[in-house]
Amino acid sequence: MRTIFFLVRKEFLQIIRDHTTVAQIFMIPIVQLLVLSNAATFDLKQTRVLVVDEDRTTVSAGLVRRLEGGRQFRVVRHLPTDHAVEAALLDREATAVIHIPRRFEQDLVQSRRATVQLVLNAEEGAAAGIVQSNVNAILADYAGELGPTLPGGTPSQARAAPLDLRTQRWFNPTRNYKHYMVPALLVALTTIIGLLLTAQNITREYELGTLEQLNVTPMTKLQFIAAKLIPFWLISLVIFTIGLIIGKLVFDIPMRGNLLLVYLALMVYLIVVLGLGLWISTITRTQQQAMFVAFFVILMFLLMGGLFTPVDSMPDWARAVAQANPVKHFVFIMRAVLVRGAGLETIAPPLLGLAAGGVVVLTLAVRRYRKSTA
Amino acid sequence: MSSFLGFVRKEVLHLLRDRQTLAILLLLPLVQVLIFGFAVRTDVRKIPILMVDPTPDITTLALRDRITASDRFELVGVSASGRDLDPQFRAGSIRQALVLPTDVERRLGRGDSLPVQLLTDGSDPNTGGIMQGYTTAVVERWYTDASPSTGRLRIIMASRLRYNPTLESSHLFVPGLVAFVLTIMSAMMTAISITREKETGTMEMLLVSPIRPTAIVAGKVTPYIVLAFVSVVLVLIAARLVFQVPLRGSLALLLAECGLYIITALALGIVISIKAPTQRTAMIFALAGLMMPTMLLSGFIFPLDSLPEWLRAISYAVPARWFLLVVRGIMIKGAGLATLWQETLVLVGMTLVLLAVGSRKLAIRLG
Repeated sequence: MRTIFFLVRKEFLQIIRDHTTVAQIFMIPIVQLLVLSNAATFDLKQTRVLVVDEDRTTVSAGLVRRLEGGRQFRVVRHLPTDHAVEAALLDREATAVIHIPRRFEQDLVQSRRATVQLVLNAEEGAAAGIVQSNVNAILADYAGELGPTLPGGTPSQARAAPLDLRTQRWFNPTRNYKHYMVPALLVALTTIIGLLLTAQNITREYELGTLEQLNVTPMTKLQFIAAKLIPFWLISLVIFTIGLIIGKLVFDIPMRGNLLLVYLALMVYLIVVLGLGLWISTITRTQQQAMFVAFFVILMFLLMGGLFTPVDSMPDWARAVAQANPVKHFVFIMRAVLVRGAGLETIAPPLLGLAAGGVVVLTLAVRRYRKSTA
Repeated sequence: MSSFLGFVRKEVLHLLRDRQTLAILLLLPLVQVLIFGFAVRTDVRKIPILMVDPTPDITTLALRDRITASDRFELVGVSASGRDLDPQFRAGSIRQALVLPTDVERRLGRGDSLPVQLLTDGSDPNTGGIMQGYTTAVVERWYTDASPSTGRLRIIMASRLRYNPTLESSHLFVPGLVAFVLTIMSAMMTAISITREKETGTMEMLLVSPIRPTAIVAGKVTPYIVLAFVSVVLVLIAARLVFQVPLRGSLALLLAECGLYIITALALGIVISIKAPTQRTAMIFALAGLMMPTMLLSGFIFPLDSLPEWLRAISYAVPARWFLLVVRGIMIKGAGLATLWQETLVLVGMTLVLLAVGSRKLAIRLG
């Protein structure tokens, strides 16, 4: 025990003396959490629209006014013909073009139906669907209002069976995506820092030659790994706590469940992540290699953990891989406890999964570490 | 010049001897693009949905058909009443429920209001929004076709989806991955290789040699330019063969822009390495400092249009944002330099500034 204590003390001193590193590992997560929490949404603030009104009648002008009045759209330019439309889409001046053809009013009066063309930059798939749906809503609304005023319409026909589609989103009582994103970002940032620090730690000693000095001391492998783990475990706990306080004070994230459960899960989770970092550190020979492997692992964790994109839409094999992703389980636990107020029975399965992961990772790291450098 | 060449030769030898690192550098981007190109999708498929249809008739069957026909949905069942929805949502066996009123056909015929309720699992707000959008569109289209058209005014939307008509996620994602991986890898490679010389003390030996400091840095970076370029070409081939990402624009322009961006990212690495005293600080800068901003502020996952105004201003400082517009522009939209000159100019400007900062800091260190 005393051995571990002295080794932990040595690691701490090494980090604290390196002022740049200390500043980095605390400032980077804080600044990024504050800034990036505002970024992670698919909700479009405003769609830039270009209007080509070839009809130029009161009816078409009414439709254009509708678009201009809506909050979802900003009309960037009016064009007489669809001549320059392609260029505007290409250089992203506009995301969508609404083209009202000639005879629009005439068609509506004569046959009570007319077509409006929507040309959409569908580069960003998720956004394209939302724009389509928004435009459709405006068209339906306008048609309903226009019906009785045009010749051939009677009030009863025009209001025929209006579709009254009421949408509700459950389990999102606060309707604020930041409450959902902040915990995920906090986990991501803590994970990146913790994994980086541990992954380069042993290779650094190896590169500098100090690992051999440690190897000739009488400590056991387990003591060695424990001493390497504990300082970073404590640092990560502190980073996470600062982030959680920021989340509460700045973003007002809900904390419905028991915070102790979050910390219980966090303690187990950090062992998995940091243990994995140390294992990477034992299998690589230079810090450069360690960094690239860590980079790869972090990217797997973040992109395939359902933080930003849904796990459900991944192919089967990727979903299987995601099951082994500690980030996924820990973020699930955090969101469940903080947002939904879940108790121990809900988070027990992922928590046990994390604990099992911790055992596996630590065993790997301890067994892989060799005291003799051949 | 010959001393410079000799120096480059030394760096190349360093790189070639370390087979393990070389393999990692060349193959890692390729592996990442292959894995994430397949795995990460922003669209949602097979949404488990439940229909509540108290009085099934021809019209509601038509809606049922539309839902089963789409591979976005998986119709879990049709129930007669809307009770017991809550436990099913909680268990996750359904993520959406579409609750129809009674006598749909009669209501449509009589012109009564048609109250339809759409419940969505909003626990993931992003996915919830996308799912709600899909189902709303299906219901609206069904309603337009099902309601009697006599006398009712209809404005039909004919949409043309340009550039990515099938809304294929990988077409959006693979070019983004190229930009993302290239930024981090290139910045990290130079930052580490320069700080390593500092840490091991060999940098001082180099600085007292007759080679000028800028030449030292240039010599260190040159092999990485080649390496990153080969890596990009491999990734582009994979994008084409594996993901069928189109290349609508000019290949020469794409390669030239990739070359430019590699230099931008390497210059970023040089600036980091000059600021950072040790490999550790360089790595934290390059990875922890660049990763999340590059991921979230470049349009890689979330559309740039979703950023609030002040954050969009910050995103202008993220090099990957500009490069991403260029890569997507050339590959997916077939844009040429006539459209992309602004983005290109920004990248050139950034590169020059970074190189200037890098070489000035180096001179100060010497004096």
